[in-house]
Amino acid sequence: MNKLVPCLVALAGTLLAASVAAKDVTLLNVSYDPTRELYRDINNAFAAQWKAQHGDSVTIQMSHGGSGKQARSVVDGLPADVVTLALAYDIDAVSDRGLIARNWQTRLPDNASPYTSAIVFLVRKGNPKGIKDWADLVRPGVQVVTPNPKSSGGARWNFLAAWGYALKQPGGNEAKARAYVQELYKHVPVLDTGARGATNTFAQRGIGDVLIAWENEALLAQRQLGKDKFEVVVPSVTILAEPPVSVVDANADKHGTRAVADAYVQFLYTPQGQEIAAKNYYRPRLQDVAARYASQFPATHTFTIGEVFGDWRQAQAKFFAEGAIFDQLGAGR
Amino acid sequence: MRRQVLPGFGLSFGYALTYLGLIVLLPLAALAWKATGIGFHGLIQLLSGPRTLAALRLSLFGALLAASINAVVGLLIGWVLVRYRFPGRRLFDALVDLPFALPTAVAGIALTTLYAPNGWLGRWLEPLGIKVAYTPIGVLVAMVFVGFPFVVRTLQPVLASLERDVEEAAESLGARRHQTFFRVILPMLAPTLLTGFALALARAVGEYGSVIFIAGNIPMHSEIAPLLIVQKLEQFDTAGAAALGVALLLLSFLLLVVIALLQRWSNRWAERAA
Amino acid sequence: MSRHPRSRSMGWPRRIAHVALILLALVFLVAFLLLPLATVFVEAFRQGVAPYLQAIWQPEARSAIRLTLLVAAIAVPLNVVFGVAAAWAMTRFEFRGKTLLGAFIDLPFSVSPVISGLVYVLLFGAQGWFGPWMEGHGLKVIYAVPGLVLVTVFITLPFVARELIPLMQSQGSEEEEAARVLGASGWQLFFRVTMPNIRWALLYGVLLCNARAMGEFGAVSVVSGHIRGLTTTMPLEVEMRYNEYDYVGAFAVASLLALLALLTLAVKTLLEWRYGDEIAAHAPGGH
Repeated sequence: MNKLVPCLVALAGTLLAASVAAKDVTLLNVSYDPTRELYRDINNAFAAQWKAQHGDSVTIQMSHGGSGKQARSVVDGLPADVVTLALAYDIDAVSDRGLIARNWQTRLPDNASPYTSAIVFLVRKGNPKGIKDWADLVRPGVQVVTPNPKSSGGARWNFLAAWGYALKQPGGNEAKARAYVQELYKHVPVLDTGARGATNTFAQRGIGDVLIAWENEALLAQRQLGKDKFEVVVPSVTILAEPPVSVVDANADKHGTRAVADAYVQFLYTPQGQEIAAKNYYRPRLQDVAARYASQFPATHTFTIGEVFGDWRQAQAKFFAEGAIFDQLGAGR
Repeated sequence: MRRQVLPGFGLSFGYALTYLGLIVLLPLAALAWKATGIGFHGLIQLLSGPRTLAALRLSLFGALLAASINAVVGLLIGWVLVRYRFPGRRLFDALVDLPFALPTAVAGIALTTLYAPNGWLGRWLEPLGIKVAYTPIGVLVAMVFVGFPFVVRTLQPVLASLERDVEEAAESLGARRHQTFFRVILPMLAPTLLTGFALALARAVGEYGSVIFIAGNIPMHSEIAPLLIVQKLEQFDTAGAAALGVALLLLSFLLLVVIALLQRWSNRWAERAA
Repeated sequence: MSRHPRSRSMGWPRRIAHVALILLALVFLVAFLLLPLATVFVEAFRQGVAPYLQAIWQPEARSAIRLTLLVAAIAVPLNVVFGVAAAWAMTRFEFRGKTLLGAFIDLPFSVSPVISGLVYVLLFGAQGWFGPWMEGHGLKVIYAVPGLVLVTVFITLPFVARELIPLMQSQGSEEEEAARVLGASGWQLFFRVTMPNIRWALLYGVLLCNARAMGEFGAVSVVSGHIRGLTTTMPLEVEMRYNEYDYVGAFAVASLLALLALLTLAVKTLLEWRYGDEIAAHAPGGH
């Protein structure tokens, strides 16, 4: 029943768009798992700003889940006005079904990802296994927790970070990278389906010595689950994860929410939006905001997916598609 | 055709069939139709992959084992709850339904909390070298949990309506206790026990929510077939997911038909015994 | 008891066997059922009563509870009517393909929850058979309440029928046939003869169906869309909170589902005590 209300509001909105001054608008932002805290803050700030500027109340509904699953839901009819997902491939998938314009990634600055993150390690207090860099993860007796790249967007970033690290070592090549990653997954006792599941396995169940995670997840887990229990280790080189955002054109036009939706994604690039991102442990794009939070984000060598792997479609086909490299590794035993 | 004395065949049969058709068969037809999208060659390739085979094997044999455990334990518990009076019986009777009521995800989390190396039970099992959580044993534990009420709850009404006089007559005729059980009670219970077994089995084969938390989900080792389906879906491979779903479904449907045939046979056995 | 002197005069080996059986059953029940249940409550109250109450009084929790009750209130009655009709057809008549019909009734049990969600997406999703037509007419099934009801009906479809069939089979139809011969109409004999005989099994079936309807996670998760406050049922709310590291909140909502189950069972017990002598009459303590 409740579902009718936003639909009617949207319908009324389309019909009366030109004539009515103040109205209530509802946006649906379909996002991935680790952004819950971020968008709770963003939504409050954006709603306040929109109200101040236009006099309209905007309610932003959230849906969270695994990035791939969320993209599929949008394709199957989940009426998202905005998608904010873990990786570009998932938005590409929505775009392929005609719901989002092809050029979505160039419509907004910075590859349409207003904030970034790095892939880092979370270890237990005191770092008992002395984990400093990627090479330490494959030492005998070290157990690594990371989710399954087949079902988790974050896990794909983890995989690519490990691959890129091995590639960038002196004398590194494809064969060595493959050998390193294969060895790495032999040290994984549990492959959770999502990033949050992996964090819970590592933190709550006491499994493993290292959790490979988004930096924002690692810092958040540390804050939520106890600073005295975990430490964040930033490896010498890692991937710069760029989670992208986009307006879902077909839905926003149908709901008559285009203007709000556009303003919403652009709000993420404003100093205020960037500040909120940084507070929620995402690396901001704006230099002066980044400077203020420098202590929170240790400097490290990062590479982007574009620099090493081309783009997400290529990476997906090469590593994660059916029968591709991840499947060939025979992860685990 | 003696039974045709009773009215309502057309209405009840027609309604049941229409309802089944709309709620179950039509959607499954959509699934089968979608599955044809991968083609015959794709299907062979999918089903012969070592990872698929390993996952199907784990789901199938895990479920068979879990249902067997449930049949034995469920008979014991159903018997105890119906036949004996002891303090707290009602409470324990109520507990039996817990696996139905607890969301599978909660069950998974709770079981993992218990059986993880730092859990209440896990910490005692770990020194003994028994690892439950994040191994195939964990899969089994979750499958036993979700299938458990089926056996007890299907048996209970029949146990309650089972004529105690029959047993006592048998005993007064000089039958020993275990003879009474194996010659009189078990044959009468067999059809119902098989129903419970079949239900527990079917439930365990497809179980997802509770298993993924406790399984470890390592390919070739502790990865169940429904998880492969989910992974295919998240890779936008709907046809592959549907095909795997149909394969899993045919497998358990086959098992159910075998059990239904067994049941017909045991019905006759029961009638002879009675 | 005087009717059955043999059962009174049972020797101590028999008594020991009884006690051993009871103990064995209890050990299993405690390890497999009571401990997981206890875990839920211990985790829910880990930080005391106030955070617990706060957790279940949040608007998201309340809307999840409302939605869960609504879905069960629609799905369960539908399956009760179906279950009775199917059991009547299956146990009172001989027809070809009976075994097949029985297998079809059980089918939803063997469909993985993931698949049962998926099939409705294939039918009603934007890319599905009826999706585009429904969208054209402004109807929403998937990612809305109708979708949640449909998958819940699917998942819990066999419960009532499965509960009734074995019982009605073992009872046979002599009483009904006698009533028929004496001139009772179809509905009369159903409500006067069949109903009283099956009411306990029917109640069991309704309770199981309801409990499962409220607790279903996997299938519902596929068609829900996870829009907080709109399409999240209680099990989804539990998962969501667990994934937000809000363990107290997650287990608090989970404990409500467990309580709901205990409550329905209390109702069952009450009804048995109020109306039912027939179940107790067969038990040894009831003599």
